[in-house]
Parts: sequence; C-alpha cells; structure tokens
Amino acid sequence: MSAPRSLFEKIWAQHVVTQRGDEALIYIDRNFVHEGAFHAFAQLAKEGRRVRRPGQNFATADHYVPTVGRERGVAGIADPDIRGMIELLEKNAADHGILHLGIDDPRQGIVHVVGPELGLTQPGLTITCGDSHTSTHGAFGALAFGIGASQLKQILATQCIWQKKPKTLRVSVEGRLKPGVSGKDVILAIIAKIGTAGATGHTIEYAGSAIRALSMEGRLTVCNMSIEAGARAGMVAPDDTTFEYLNGRDFAPKGQEWDMAVAWWRTLASEPGAQFDREVELDGGALEPTITWGTLPEEALPVTGRIPSPDDLQSSDKRAHAEQALRYMALTPGMAVTDIRIDRAFIGTCTNGRIEDLRAAAAVLEGRKAVVPAWVSPGSSRIKAQAEAEGLDRVFTEAGFEWRASGCSSCAAMNGDVVPAGMRCASSSNRNFEGRQGKGARTHLMSPAMVAAAAVTGRITDVRTLL
Amino acid sequence: MQPFTRLTAVAAPLDLASVDTDKIIPARYLRKLRSAEAGYDPYLFYDLRFDAEGRERPEFVLNKAPYRNAKILVADVNFGCGSSREGAVYALMDYGFRSVIAASFGDIHYANEIQNGMLPVMLPEETCRDIRAQLHAKPGAELSIDLVPQLVTDTKGDTHRFQIDAIYKERLLKGLDEVGLVLQHLPQIEGFERRHFKEHPFLLARSE
Repeated sequence: MSAPRSLFEKIWAQHVVTQRGDEALIYIDRNFVHEGAFHAFAQLAKEGRRVRRPGQNFATADHYVPTVGRERGVAGIADPDIRGMIELLEKNAADHGILHLGIDDPRQGIVHVVGPELGLTQPGLTITCGDSHTSTHGAFGALAFGIGASQLKQILATQCIWQKKPKTLRVSVEGRLKPGVSGKDVILAIIAKIGTAGATGHTIEYAGSAIRALSMEGRLTVCNMSIEAGARAGMVAPDDTTFEYLNGRDFAPKGQEWDMAVAWWRTLASEPGAQFDREVELDGGALEPTITWGTLPEEALPVTGRIPSPDDLQSSDKRAHAEQALRYMALTPGMAVTDIRIDRAFIGTCTNGRIEDLRAAAAVLEGRKAVVPAWVSPGSSRIKAQAEAEGLDRVFTEAGFEWRASGCSSCAAMNGDVVPAGMRCASSSNRNFEGRQGKGARTHLMSPAMVAAAAVTGRITDVRTLL
Repeated sequence: MQPFTRLTAVAAPLDLASVDTDKIIPARYLRKLRSAEAGYDPYLFYDLRFDAEGRERPEFVLNKAPYRNAKILVADVNFGCGSSREGAVYALMDYGFRSVIAASFGDIHYANEIQNGMLPVMLPEETCRDIRAQLHAKPGAELSIDLVPQLVTDTKGDTHRFQIDAIYKERLLKGLDEVGLVLQHLPQIEGFERRHFKEHPFLLARSE
C-alpha cells in the first residue's frame, strides 16, 4: 500500500513526461500570455520555432491596456509604445493560432481573473504564465506557477518545462473569520507570519476550516499572493464550492464530460496522513483587517495596531529593511495605523478585482463620498458589465470614484495609471515595493472594503467601524 | 548562450536585503525592445542609481569609479524576490554582470539567471557580509568564481564552496539550448499527450 499523497504530489506525478536527475520534464496543460510575452515570441521567431500546441495557449491584453478611452479601441491609444505592445500581442497570437482576447473583446481582462472566469482554470491542471501571480489559479486545485521569458519561450515551443520538484508547505487556517475579515486579510496575515521568503522553494497548500469557508473568489485572493511569501505556487483542494463555480462556464466540460471531470477532480484532494515538508497554523478567528505599512508584503499589521520600531524586529536584515521602509513610507514607530492619511484609493487587480470585491467596497461606499481621488478597474470586462447590471457602478461614481475599464492598471502602473511621487495609496493590489505604483509612490495594501473605508475618511480606517 | 566556466572580475557590494526585481528594473522600462544595439543596461537599478533629474546618485555603489565595471554583484538575502520579470536579468547582463552572489534568491529570478547563462551563487549570510566588507575595504578588488569545483575565492584568497544543482551546472558549463534539449524528448512528449488526453478528453479546451 502506497503512502497517502497530497494534492500537489498527485498533480506533479500526473504530469511528469520524463526525469533527468533532479529535474522532471513537466507537461503544461494550459499556458497564458499577455503583452509582456513579446520577448518570448521574439526569441521564438529568431530561433525559427513555432508554438507547438496553439490550442493550449491563451492570450489576453492586461498589463498595458489603458483603463480610460477604451471606446476608441486600439486606435485610441495615445502612447505609441503601448499601442505597439497591444498590437504585437494580437499579431503574435494570430501568427501562431492562439486564442486572443484583445482590448475590444467582451471577455478581455486580467489574465488571472479571465482564466477562472472562462472556466479555463480547472482542478488537476498544470498552468503557467509569464507573471508571478500565476499562483492565483491554484485556488482551483491546479498547479499554477509564474515563469520568466526564457521559460515561457520553452513552453510555447514544446508545451513542457524542466522543473525541480519543490518542497511542500501546508498552511492551515482554522476557525471562523470575524465579520469584516476577508481572504485578503488571511493571506496578508500568513505572509506577515512566514515572511517574504518564508515559502521559497515550496508550494503551499492552504487548508483548514477558514479556507474551506471562503468562496472561490476569496480563495483566488489567498492563492494570488502566495508568491509574496516566496512560494512557487499556492493551492486549495477542489471541492463542491469549486465545482459549483465552474459548472456551465465557457470552457468547462459539459454533459458527460462534466461528469467524468468531476469524478476525477474528486480524487485530487490531499489524503489523510499526507506528509508535508513543513506545516504552519493560523487561528482564523483571531485575524483582524490587515494593512501593509512598509515596502515588503510581510511588513503588515492589524488595522488596530501601531507602526513597529525596527528594534522590535527579530533579524538584522529585517531591522535594516524596516528602517529604510519607514523612511521611504514617511512613518514613525508608535504611530497608530488609523492615523495614516492617504492621498489616493485604488480598487482592482488580480488580487481583489472580482465581483465580490466590488460588492464589498460598494457596501461601504453606499451613501458616502470619497475625500481623495479614487478609481476602480474591474478585473475583467465581464465583471464590469455584471457590476453595471447590479448598479454597483453608480454606487462607485456617486461616491466619487472613477469607474474605469478592465486592466492591471495601478498594480504596477505599467499602463500609465501612476500614483504620483510621495502620495500614499490605499490599494487592493498585491505589492508594496518602493516605486511599485509609480516612482516614489507609497503603497498600503489592504482589502477592497478597507480601501473604500480609507477613501471616505481620508485615512486608514477599520472598515468595521463603518459597517 | 555563452558557457560559464570561470570568472575573475571586479565585484560590487550591494548592502540591501530583499532586493526585489522592481528595484533591479522598474516596470516602466520593461516595454523597451532589447537588442544588441540597445540593451537594458541604462535601466539597471534605475531609481537607486539616478535621481529624479536623471543624474547619478554619487552614493550608489555602481556610481563609484572602482565598481563601475563590476561583473560580479555581492548582495544579501532574498535577492530578486517579487515579480517574474526576466528584464531584471537582461539589465544585469547588459550592464556587464555575469554572476550574483547572495545568501538566497527569489525562485523565479534564480531560474531566469540560469536560463540566460548568468551564475547565481548562494553563500551563507555571514560569508556574503564578510565578502561585502572586504569589497568596501578594497574598492576595485576582484573575486574569482570557478564553476567546476564550485568555488568562490575572496579578496584574501580564501575559498568558499557553493551549492548548485548538477543540472544547472551542466547547463551553464555547456551553454545549452533548452528548447533543443526538450525536443529530444518529443516521442515521449507525444506519448504522454496521447495517454493524458485519452484519459481526460475534456482537457482539449473548447468553448460553447
């Protein structure tokens, strides 16, 4: 009788084509590309190679698309560099016969929102993309990881990639989340606990009653930020919540194939007694709405807390980093988090740009007004349409938020949606590095409801006081 | 891809922990086409190297004469964490770096360095700190890195052994073309596909 296997073990074993020493040649079921893939396509062309399995590659424009002026389409993009990149993705996709969701496609959106939304992301699959937040798709019980341009080129040319088998870390979150505490707060708390390099070399499986109780969108948020703990990938075992979400979506199996698929998906969860290289536990019931104060995702605190002193930190490199972070962020130890004034508010991204995120923010904004410039970019064009059908757009615009088109927007500000230098932005995104949202910009990560709360008070605010 | 066997070169110390890839190359430069004529060297560590007016910041290590032509960077923990941007490697290489020595690396960045023929060397945190101190004390001093015995020789002549997976070592020593290597396994890949899609036919995505 063989040892009980984890979800990760099963998917890994099911995708090994061949082994070479420590490395396995892993088959990639689905690969996603966005505009940044031009380096990989250029290399491919230079080497005289073709995309080997076009039907298993999917393209969407997200990182560079403008979030305003979209009615004019590609022709309306003022910046020639950006227009060029968007046209190049379309050209590369057409040349190689890859499905392309361009700027005018009603299914266009952020790649890690669109994959799940279209039912392309499914349990048991290996999924790659040239973006570190590919870990998002793991919420379905897929093995999904980010890669650089060279490895992307390999996958385009072969549909396989050499990988050393990662170690495994199980993070169990038990208990019931308090009202006002969401998936975003869970993952920020996990990263604060294990550190920005806490899971390097590992894939994380998120388990426990608090994870089980999350909706698919909550799970997507948690898995999205796995990379911020250094993890290769993050996964949640598929269950009825997963199957309900997938049922009927564009690329989900139908009829008899649906039944076959679900029967297989039900075999994937980690077996009782499966071994992990490391285990970490968190008490879900003790979590509070959480924000980042520093310039690493791990530099985070409950909203009820005070800015730490570097002297309180354990290691010398954390202390040194915290000193620099406090300088960059213009914060002083001992300050109450709720005294931090903000200058901008942004809701969107592959972390928190989905319909439940928009509903949560709208619930806070109803009858209130933003006191700082604020904007929202729904995670996909479909989500934008759905939000409009629900009247959420009016809640946002009446509160003074700009209601924009779908794209990565101010996550990395590559499309020009920049936060000005020195300005503090309450953001539902996933990274607070120096200059991430613009040269000199200061980022405070938090849940979308918390962004809404900060937008209406002008300072970081415990959203529970407004609900 | 150029093979990597041995390198003796000026090394620059970077006394920063968790240097994320946004620091190595800010996102606003990733759209630039990269060619032999126009490399990514101007963008390396841009916001650390240059001020708001585009003038060199004199205190940044690479702006100090002895370190300008460094080919080895000696950093701290968690070098290259964050975004998967391979532009970070292009910027390092186009500037002239062939190797980064650090106590640890972000996984994706580590793989990106290997893919491009750069050698990421992991040495213990204290060793990295000592070597950085040596480089501050002797600006312009050289380090040697020898991949076959997996040794770094510091400015005092002491050697330090580093770990590297046999597969990555071979790839760097031979300057191997990855895609060619994978396609040698094409019959196995096709065999895998036949079995895999027979068992799960719904994986051949179609929308209705």
